[in-house]
Amino acid sequence: MNRASAQAQIHGWLLLLPAAALLALFTHYPALATLWHSFYSSPKGGRPALWVGLDNYRGMVEDPVFWQVLGNNLWFAAGTIPVSIALALLMAVWVNGKIAGRGFLRLAYFTPTVLPMIAVANIWLFFYTPTYGLLEQFTVDLLGLPSHNWLGTKSTVLACLIVVTIWKEAGFFMIFYLAALQAIPPSLGEAAAIEGAGRWYYFRRVTFPLLMPTTLFVLVNAVINSFRLVDHIVVMTRGGPDNASSLLLYYIYDVGFKFWDSAYASTLTMVLLAILGTTALLQFGFLERRIHYR
Amino acid sequence: MSAISLRDVTKLWGNARAVDSVSFEAAAGRFLVLLGPSGCGKSTTLRLIAGLEQLSSGRICIGDADVTGLPPARRRVSMVFQSYALFPHLSVAENIVFGLRVRDVAPRERGERLAKVAALLGLTELLERKPSQLSGGQQQRVALGRAIIAQTPVCLMDEPLSNLDAQLRQEMRREIRALQQKLGITMIYVTHDQTEAMTMADQVVLLRDGHVEQDGTPDELYGRPATVFAARFIGTPPMNVLAGVPGAGEGRLLGVRPEDVRLGVEGLPGTVESVEYLGADSIVSCRVGGQPFNVRVARHASAAPGEAVRLSWNTDAVHLFDAQTGKRMERATALAQKVA
Ligand SMILES: Nc1ncnc2c1ncn2[C@@H]1O[C@H](COP(=O)(O)OP(=O)(O)OP(=O)(O)O)[C@@H](O)[C@H]1O
Ligand SMILES: [Mg+2]
Repeated sequence: MNRASAQAQIHGWLLLLPAAALLALFTHYPALATLWHSFYSSPKGGRPALWVGLDNYRGMVEDPVFWQVLGNNLWFAAGTIPVSIALALLMAVWVNGKIAGRGFLRLAYFTPTVLPMIAVANIWLFFYTPTYGLLEQFTVDLLGLPSHNWLGTKSTVLACLIVVTIWKEAGFFMIFYLAALQAIPPSLGEAAAIEGAGRWYYFRRVTFPLLMPTTLFVLVNAVINSFRLVDHIVVMTRGGPDNASSLLLYYIYDVGFKFWDSAYASTLTMVLLAILGTTALLQFGFLERRIHYR
Repeated sequence: MSAISLRDVTKLWGNARAVDSVSFEAAAGRFLVLLGPSGCGKSTTLRLIAGLEQLSSGRICIGDADVTGLPPARRRVSMVFQSYALFPHLSVAENIVFGLRVRDVAPRERGERLAKVAALLGLTELLERKPSQLSGGQQQRVALGRAIIAQTPVCLMDEPLSNLDAQLRQEMRREIRALQQKLGITMIYVTHDQTEAMTMADQVVLLRDGHVEQDGTPDELYGRPATVFAARFIGTPPMNVLAGVPGAGEGRLLGVRPEDVRLGVEGLPGTVESVEYLGADSIVSCRVGGQPFNVRVARHASAAPGEAVRLSWNTDAVHLFDAQTGKRMERATALAQKVA
C-alpha cells in the first residue's frame, strides 16, 4: 500500500470515528453488558450480583407469563404487519392516481403518523370507552348490540391494540410507497396500456415487482415496530387484563422497573435482541437476493 | 395493413394549442415521418394517434375504423417510446412477449414468434438478460421487438434513435426501414432530425407550432419547399433566403440552396467571412448586403476570409417566396405578375 492510499484509509476511519464511538457507547456496549447481566442474579439490598450461569434462562422457560407475552407479540405482529403494509400499498396506489383532491387525501392519510403515539392512544381510548365511546355509540345505539368492554375483555383487547397500530402505521408506510410509485416512469404504464394490459394485470406484473425493494424496507420497519411500539399499551391497558395485551417489550419494562428484577429483564432483552437480529438477517440475507434492484 | 388519417385534429393544453387542426393521411404500408423543431407538437400528435391522450376535436381513423374514442389497446397499434419504456425487472424475452401474455397467446405460438423476432433483430443471445445489462442500441432493438411481435398493422415511433451515437443511429435507420418494408407496416415516425426524415420517409409531414407546414415526399420538401420555414428547416446548411436582390422583385424573398451557387467573376458581390472544410466539400460563409449567405463548394475552397467574391446561380435553382406570408410563389406566376 502506498502512502497516499494509507492516508486516505486513515482519513476515512477518522471520519467514521465519531459515529462509531457513539454507536459503540450507546448500542454495542449496552447490548454486551445486558448479555453479561443475564448470567448474574439481580443485586438486592445488601446482596451483590452473583454468577448464576443459565439459571435466568431456565427461569424464563418456566415462566408462563413469558410464553403468554411472546404469544401475544407474535399475534400482534401477524395482525399488524400484513394489514398495515397492504393498506399502505392500496392507499398509495389510490392517492397516486389522477383523482380530485389527492393532495388533501395524502395529507389525511399521513396525519396519524405525525401525531405522537400517546395522543393517538388517548383518542382511541375514547373510541373504545364502554357505553359512551364512539364505537359503542355505533354498535349499541345504532346496531342494537349488547354493550361490551372492548379494552377490559381478554378476548378483544389485543385486537383493539392491533387496529390502533395499523391506523398509526399505514400512513407512514404509504409515504414510502408513494415515493417509489412516483419513481416508476409513466411510460411503462402507457406501454402496457398499448399492449392491452388492464390495471390489475399491470399492477401484478409491473408495479408490484418494481415496489419490492420498498416492500422489503417497509417490512423490516414493520417487524421492528411490532416489537418496539409499546406507548399505546402504557396509555390504554398497561398490559391488562391479566397480561392479555402485554407485549415483550412492555413485559421487560414491567420486570425491570416495577419488579426491579434487572437480571431477568436482561434475560428477556436478550430474547428480544435475538428475535430482531434473526428477522433482520432473514430479511436482508434471503429476501434481498430475490428482489430486483434497478 | 391499414391506412391512417387525421382530420382537423386539435389538442389543447389549457389555452395553448399544442396540435392545431392537423390533417394528413398515410397510405397503408407507408413510412410517414412527423418532422419539426422541438415543441411543435410531434409527440402529442403521435400520442393522440396511439390513444394515450384525448383529442379536443377532430377525428382519427385507422384502416376503416374511426378510433377517435377507443382506448389504446383497441386501436391495434404498437409503439416504441423515446425512452424505450422497457420493464426493468423483466428479462429481454419477457419484455418482448409481454403483450402476447396479456392476450393469452398459447405458449407454443409465443415461443415461435419470440424466436423469429429475436433472430430478426439479432437478440437471440440476449434473451435472458435484463434491460440494464444491455447497450443503448440493444435496448432499442428490444423495444422494437416488443412492437413488431404484436404484428399490428400500424407502428408508432417517437424519436427512437435520439439516444444513440451517430454510427449506431445510421445502422438502426437502415434496419428499421428494411423491417418496415419487409413486414409491410404502416409507420408513423417522429423525429426532429431532418436527415432521418429524408433518408427513411416515403412521406414527410413537417409541423410547426402545432400546424402542418408541408406534407409531401422528401423530394418535394427539398425541391419545392412550400414556405420559407420549410426551406430553411431542411438542408444543411439551410437555404439562403435574401430580401431585396435583383431577380426577386418587390415584396418577394429569393431562396437558393448553397449547392446551387457558383463562386466566380460575375453575379452578386459578397465578402467571404469563413471557410469550413468538410472533406468532400467546403462551406463558404459569405455576407451579401449585410445578409448571411452560404455556398457549398466541392473539395477545398480557394477563397480566403475577407476576400471579395461574386455569386451566381441558374434561374431554375431559384425559389421565390412571398415576403409577407412566407408562402412559396411559383416562378411562372411570379413572372406573370412582373409582366402585368
Ligand atoms: N402534458 C402537457 N401539459 C401541458 N402542455 C403540454 C403537455 N405536453 C406537451 N405540452 C406542450 O405541447 C407542446 C407540444 O409538445 P410535444 O411534446 O408534442 O412537442 P414535440 O414536438 O414532441 O417536441 P420535442 O421534439 O422536444 O419532443 C409544447 O409546447 C409542450 O410544452
Ligand atoms: Mg417529443
